[in-house]
Amino acid sequence: MSDPTTPAGLPEEPSDAPAGPHRVIGTPPPAQARTMLGDRPDSGDGNMPAPRELPPDPPDPRKAKNVERIVVLLFTLAFVAGVGFIAAYVGLEVHSVDAVLRSNLALGLSMSVVFLALAVGATLWVRYLMPHVELSEDRHVLRSSPEDRKAFAETFAEGAETSQFTKRPMLRRTLIAATLPLVAAPIVLLRDMGPLPGTSLRHTVWRKGTRLLTYGSNRPITPGEFSSAGGMITVVPEGYQDDQNALAAATAIIIKFQPGVLQAPTVMNWTVDGIVAYSKICTHVGCPAALYEQTTHHILCPCHQSTFDAPRGALVLFGPAPRPLPQLPITVNSQGFLVAQSDFHEPVGPSFWERG
Amino acid sequence: MSFTWRRRRAASYVVVLLGLVLVGALYATITGIGESAAATPSTPSSAQIAKGRQIFQQTCSSCHGLQAQGTAVAPSLIGVGSAAVDFQVSTGRMPAKEPGAENDRKPPALTEDEQHAVTAYVASLAGGPAMPTPAEVSTTGANTGLGQQLFNADCAQCHNFDGAGGALTQGKSAPALTASTPTQMYEAMLTGPEAMPVFNNTTITPQEKRDIISFVTGTRAEPNPGGFSLGRVGPVTEGLVAFLGLLLFMVLASMWITAKHRKTETTDE
Repeated sequence: MSDPTTPAGLPEEPSDAPAGPHRVIGTPPPAQARTMLGDRPDSGDGNMPAPRELPPDPPDPRKAKNVERIVVLLFTLAFVAGVGFIAAYVGLEVHSVDAVLRSNLALGLSMSVVFLALAVGATLWVRYLMPHVELSEDRHVLRSSPEDRKAFAETFAEGAETSQFTKRPMLRRTLIAATLPLVAAPIVLLRDMGPLPGTSLRHTVWRKGTRLLTYGSNRPITPGEFSSAGGMITVVPEGYQDDQNALAAATAIIIKFQPGVLQAPTVMNWTVDGIVAYSKICTHVGCPAALYEQTTHHILCPCHQSTFDAPRGALVLFGPAPRPLPQLPITVNSQGFLVAQSDFHEPVGPSFWERG
Repeated sequence: MSFTWRRRRAASYVVVLLGLVLVGALYATITGIGESAAATPSTPSSAQIAKGRQIFQQTCSSCHGLQAQGTAVAPSLIGVGSAAVDFQVSTGRMPAKEPGAENDRKPPALTEDEQHAVTAYVASLAGGPAMPTPAEVSTTGANTGLGQQLFNADCAQCHNFDGAGGALTQGKSAPALTASTPTQMYEAMLTGPEAMPVFNNTTITPQEKRDIISFVTGTRAEPNPGGFSLGRVGPVTEGLVAFLGLLLFMVLASMWITAKHRKTETTDE
């Protein structure tokens, strides 16, 4: 605690500054408002500026009355719709999809009626009831007067001096040091964004011997069943048919070709009787790429039109995809079902930093 | 003065209204519900096959060859089966106007009798996937939920989640399923017309085909939120319409708010 007598003497110093508006902070009281705004040099002598000429009433009282009725009606409508919004919010249950739709419709409709009626009412009011005159009001300069600025600088320096902030360096330095961890804290919190993905982006749930299930019907499939050339079907790994997180990476398509159509760089050892399996996840940004045309053998991704050449290892023919769809090695197990030989041999889906 | 102004204002709203009506009318013409072709397969008689042979030689053989053996511009039809032929002629895709990779749906050129005759003739050349009976495409008791799952997995990528169709490569497109009959959908899955992959009965079973058909026909009866289907092609048109509609509304509103009030102005001056 410093000596109370020293600060007590301070406020008298700025009183040396000339009389007049001094350190006006915030909105001036209404009595001064006009001098703040209409500070014309010619109005001089502290006189009030000449009263502004505003017409007392709209020119046509009958029309004004009509407009008033409409505006009142609109404002009442806005009130009723606002009450309706609350009633709909409280009253309409949201236990089913249909009920949510009804609730959304009621809430949205009532809220838009509130805003629309308010806006239309306000516009009508402004256009037909308020006078149409243009008023200009001069602003005084934003920069404070030299006296004010000088006074502020003095007060600030005095404050710094008398608070001992400048005189006691250890105090100052420890105060600054005390705030530094607070600045660093948000950066440290970034740590909690979750574990690093590790190698998880390089693997899917396909394993040696995992059966291919047709998606939806979840049946294992044999080459004999999937025998029509030009056939295409979405397949998922058995055991993960309901695991959406796993399927987001592991979903694949199988395509059946006529003999002799498949060619390099398709890995022939990974195919069975002209059946080849490719990842369904586009290598561009991961859309499901499965628009297979059996006439051209193109696989098209619907998002950005990346086109892959299905008989030639799904090479990119067109579009932004940077690499072919990864091929899933498949074979037939002892019961004759299509199974995976292993996981994909390269990461599926979009590129990522470490992939290179 | 105010009278003309009011009339002009009314006229601008009328113009907007007329524009909306015109767009609506255009839209209705574009998405008009197509004809439905009923198919009633029956065991073909030799007379029917003979008639079909005659029609084939008149309307199909110039591209497919006199013996349906195929030519440089059109494939062989031996062994394609009755399902493929019925699909092509009942949707009006065949006989085609000109050879090409893709033919659009149009009113059938052949009468129903003629369609059945040609179908019977081509089927008589060799076997192949057969046209389904009405019982085989009946959706009574179908599992529409499973149908939706299957549709989303293997059909929606081309035909859109609601069967509205979509673009393929090099200007080709997958047709909308809005006018397809259950028989035609069944035949299309079974035979894979044009660029469409084949979904044979051991890959997608007949019951699963009926489930899918049940889903596709069921979506037609679904109400459109707000009363407009907007082609049922998803957020692109919806966003576009919302954007343009709101933009128009805001332009009109700002015109109204900032419009000069002539009458008061003249009295003021």
